[in-house]
Amino acid sequence: MSYLTLSITLIFVVIPLLLSKTLNLGLERDTIVATLRSIVQLLAVGYVLKFVFDSESLIYIFLMVALMIVAATHNAQKKGAAIQGITSKVAVTLIFVEVLTQGILLGFNITPATAQYIIPISGMVIGNSMVLSILFLNRFTAEVESHQDETELILSLGGTPKQAIHTQLINSIKASMIPTIESQKTVGLVQLPGMMSGQIIAGADPIQAVQFQLLIMFLLLTTAAVTSVMLGFLSYPTLFNQRMQLMKKEFT
Amino acid sequence: MSVNYKPAIHFNHVDFSFGETPVLKGITGSFPEGKITTLVGPSGAGKTTLLKLCNGLLSAQSGEVYIKDKPIEDYEPVELRRLVGIALQSAPMVGGSIYNNLSLPLELQGQTLSKAEAVDLLQDVGLDGELLDRKVKDLSGGQRQKVSIARTLVNKPEVLLLDEITSSLDRTSLKEIEELIIKINRKYGTTIIWITHNLQQALEIGDFTWVMMDGEVVETGESDLLNDPSNDKVRRFVRGEAE
Repeated sequence: MSYLTLSITLIFVVIPLLLSKTLNLGLERDTIVATLRSIVQLLAVGYVLKFVFDSESLIYIFLMVALMIVAATHNAQKKGAAIQGITSKVAVTLIFVEVLTQGILLGFNITPATAQYIIPISGMVIGNSMVLSILFLNRFTAEVESHQDETELILSLGGTPKQAIHTQLINSIKASMIPTIESQKTVGLVQLPGMMSGQIIAGADPIQAVQFQLLIMFLLLTTAAVTSVMLGFLSYPTLFNQRMQLMKKEFT
Repeated sequence: MSVNYKPAIHFNHVDFSFGETPVLKGITGSFPEGKITTLVGPSGAGKTTLLKLCNGLLSAQSGEVYIKDKPIEDYEPVELRRLVGIALQSAPMVGGSIYNNLSLPLELQGQTLSKAEAVDLLQDVGLDGELLDRKVKDLSGGQRQKVSIARTLVNKPEVLLLDEITSSLDRTSLKEIEELIIKINRKYGTTIIWITHNLQQALEIGDFTWVMMDGEVVETGESDLLNDPSNDKVRRFVRGEAE
């Protein structure tokens, strides 16, 4: 696609701008900012990726993945500000998920150990893990806040912090995983996944594209489960002190 | 007041703050073993906080709390909370049936409560054993409080802390709960510490009374002190002028 053709696609930005202006939605500024940011960020990433792919250097691959983890951690930790040390807990979770998934993919020789595979797959895994972290932390802090009485009840009856927070923890893990599982149930029926569509548009064999998409979907199931469970079990102990008391604060 | 009685719980110059806000200031005194002591005072006096210090749901920032002559820090939190049970004002319930709630304290220890034991507990608190499988969401305020007390009794606590458990009850339920608490006190020798806004209740039920205001204990003694308080502030409170 040439830059001239690409610039014609800005029509798709003008339509929402016109609608916003006509209906007084007040979204013109946000739409323009979002458009400019996506142009700059994606073009920059495109050139960086081209450089990294050409160099095939492990250090650059490592740096790219590290950058993704830092950005994702920064974004996700905002939702769990009430949880002590949340930044390191999110970072540890994202690193673990990345090492686990790449370890399996490369260890079983499922994908080649090249930048062309490692970076896009890492991007999908880390991005999904970030969204899962946000969903989990949103739900968990709300559950803890609204069920303080039940938590205190179980502590008062001689329960441990883990027993006192168990229901809220399990509810939050389940709630954060549901969107991933539900979206996979309808995949192919309601929507064609972005990666698969991209491959098909780029001329790849649809069956090959489907195979890769299945790989990614299975990968994202693991990502969802590991992220929620790990972040949950890293987070809940910090809500209590050594005397097994719930440290009350504003969670939301 | 407790000079002649062995203390179940003793406070020695205890201070507690939430953040920068002092809630308890220099609390000193004892709750006699096997007796009913009521805690009265205006809202915000620090009564609930004091109760939660007794079973380790909160910890004092300074001063000492002794449970049966042993510093509270020497107890494992789980052991302490089984020894000193609390029935919370809101009587929170876990979902499901009455049985689910009654069996909770033992489930937390990896044990089970038999249905027969659960029926005995229900009857102990004046509820029909047939209610065992009733959903807790269908209970009246009085029934809920009784289940909450029965659930606390599962651990066989030596001290029972009650946080305004009758404040939202009608007169009949209130009388039933009062009789129940007296029965528990007499039958098991359980030490009772009972927060109440009802001064008549404090007079009738309590052996002793602590009057608290602004985070301090301003007067203690046998409950009939409420008939003729020596402290001016307490006198105004008893007349209904201070709240």
